[in-house]
Amino acid sequence: MTRLLRTNAFRLAALYLALFAASVLALLAFIYFSTADFIERQTETTIDAEITGLREEYADRGLAGLLEIIHSRSTTPHGGSALYLITDPALQPIAGNLNAWPRARQIRPGWISFPVDIKTRDGPVSSTAIASVFVLHDGFRLLVGRDLRDASAFRGRITRTLAWAALLTVALGVAGGLFMTRHMLRRVEAVNRTSERIIRGDLTQRVPLTGSGDEFDQLAGNLNAMLDRIERLMLGMRQVADNIAHDLRTPLSRLRARLEVTLLERPDAARYGEALRETIAEADHLLATFNALLSIAEAEAGSRRETMAVVDLAEVARSVAELYEPVADDKGLALAVEIDPGIAVHGDRHLLSQAIANLLDNALKYAPDGRVTLRARRLVGMARIEVADSGPGVPADRREAVFDRFVRLESSRSTPGNGLGLSLVRAVARLHGGDAWLEDNEPGLRALFTLPLADSRALPATRNAA
Amino acid sequence: MKLLVIEDDREAAAYIAKGLSESGYVVDQAAEGRNGLFMASSGNYDALIVDRMLPGMDGLALIAALRAAEVRTPVLILSALGAVDDRVKGLRAGGDDYLVKPFAFRELLARIEALLRRGSGSAAATKLRVGDLEMDLLTRGVARGGQEIELLPREFRLLEFLMRHAGQVVTRTMLLENVWDYHFDPQTNVIDVHVSRLRQKIDKGFAKPLLHTVRGAGYCLRPE
Repeated sequence: MTRLLRTNAFRLAALYLALFAASVLALLAFIYFSTADFIERQTETTIDAEITGLREEYADRGLAGLLEIIHSRSTTPHGGSALYLITDPALQPIAGNLNAWPRARQIRPGWISFPVDIKTRDGPVSSTAIASVFVLHDGFRLLVGRDLRDASAFRGRITRTLAWAALLTVALGVAGGLFMTRHMLRRVEAVNRTSERIIRGDLTQRVPLTGSGDEFDQLAGNLNAMLDRIERLMLGMRQVADNIAHDLRTPLSRLRARLEVTLLERPDAARYGEALRETIAEADHLLATFNALLSIAEAEAGSRRETMAVVDLAEVARSVAELYEPVADDKGLALAVEIDPGIAVHGDRHLLSQAIANLLDNALKYAPDGRVTLRARRLVGMARIEVADSGPGVPADRREAVFDRFVRLESSRSTPGNGLGLSLVRAVARLHGGDAWLEDNEPGLRALFTLPLADSRALPATRNAA
Repeated sequence: MKLLVIEDDREAAAYIAKGLSESGYVVDQAAEGRNGLFMASSGNYDALIVDRMLPGMDGLALIAALRAAEVRTPVLILSALGAVDDRVKGLRAGGDDYLVKPFAFRELLARIEALLRRGSGSAAATKLRVGDLEMDLLTRGVARGGQEIELLPREFRLLEFLMRHAGQVVTRTMLLENVWDYHFDPQTNVIDVHVSRLRQKIDKGFAKPLLHTVRGAGYCLRPE
């Protein structure tokens, strides 16, 4: 319960209730006062009308006629609440249902209020009455009034009704507020429970969605998306750790074995030199693998995103193509370059260069002859880099797997490489908000990667190819 | 030539110092930042080799302090942080070159030689000459023995870099960084192919080759 009191939801509900109750009370007060006022006015209007009528009778038939009418009205129970009195100039009653001139106080000019005892079946009841007084000729006075017993009973009933209404409103408000708070707390509670389970180490937990698409669902959806990303990263990390264990341990033990065997052989200086050179080459290979892994990890972590700028992908592609052109030439391959002018992308020039270099590297490595084509295209909203070759290609069912770290096709075991090239290409593409995949070039392989275009106006003026 | 190695890893420092001594340099060592700064401030050294992460005082802070004190000794930064941003930060702090750990000793030696040569200052020259090979930086013309040689723009820059470091070993990484501005190792021997093309153009048909391959290290352009 104390937790309930501390929650924001409860505070909001309480505030809402207070405002709601205040406005309902104001409304009820307004109803009460206007109703009470209306009843009072109605009584006064009735008295006024009666006096007007009696005055006319008096003008027509004089005092005798008036006395007759008053007498008859006083004896027949006329609504039960009408009060009449005619007095002589000495205020002695002559006719009417009041025994004496009342001890009244004036409430307004022409209007008086006084206590009165009303005879009912259950005996006399004291009540209040209001009356208007009309002075006849010769100092005689006519008093016409109404006992307010009914009016005050009515007023009492209204007051009670309104009080109950107010009470009911507050009760309903409290119940509703508690219900809403509970409801909201339950949703928050669900998020908290899931978070706690995740903190305890179960990363497969997800916040349940109600499917209503409300703010809580959106929050839960975002949390789940975040958890998915974290899980993917963790998985990637674990994979890297496993791969490192396997693919770095193997060459390391080979290196160690080579040194041990060399020592056992009791070699001469020339053999020593050779063994050392082989060891250095092996160490260099290890370092290259290690650096490639770091580059991939760096691209995947997205830490380079802050240093990205608008670069011309066409320029980047052309520059890498120029680096590889002599290599293709040496292997007797034709390197065709088809580059659209001015492809502005928001990216990291070094990583993009490296990704394109890796694709060209692969194509030139595996294509036995024919032609390798590098295309850089500016499409609608995105840029696409494509490297096509006429080599042996990659079987359709392995085209995804080769993007994983250290995955190499059996057929390519004999060629140098570490199985990290495509992993980096994909990591770089995804870092830039794009993707990388392989397609059949019939025959051969087509490696593609896309990234979103940037505003080409942000591109620095094209440099001359110096 | 006197060098100062500021490196807290004793073993690495000993190995660097030994290698440099064997290459003919006089080497002092400092194992801690403040001490290193004190020694370097004397200005008695031709080049400094500074580890980036040091006890007492961070390597970059040390370099910044040296530069603020107007000590212009060339500095080679050694660091395990190899991302482009890290290099940029190191060079902005006043370093002259940046070498990522782990490195090959030949690479370190080649870069130190390059730094020392830069210090001696011949950058304003408009003509470079190695043996009978001449390069005019203004007309961008190259000739050997009076015979004009046609070079592509990139080949020209490659040769220019080699000529500016004539007599020194230049590694593949140095070429990739300085001629192409790439900071990654291509899997294939792209640099070798470019160099052998250049060699075809400048050495073919001449009795004495100028462009030599240094096994396990890189290349060297020298007249002999």
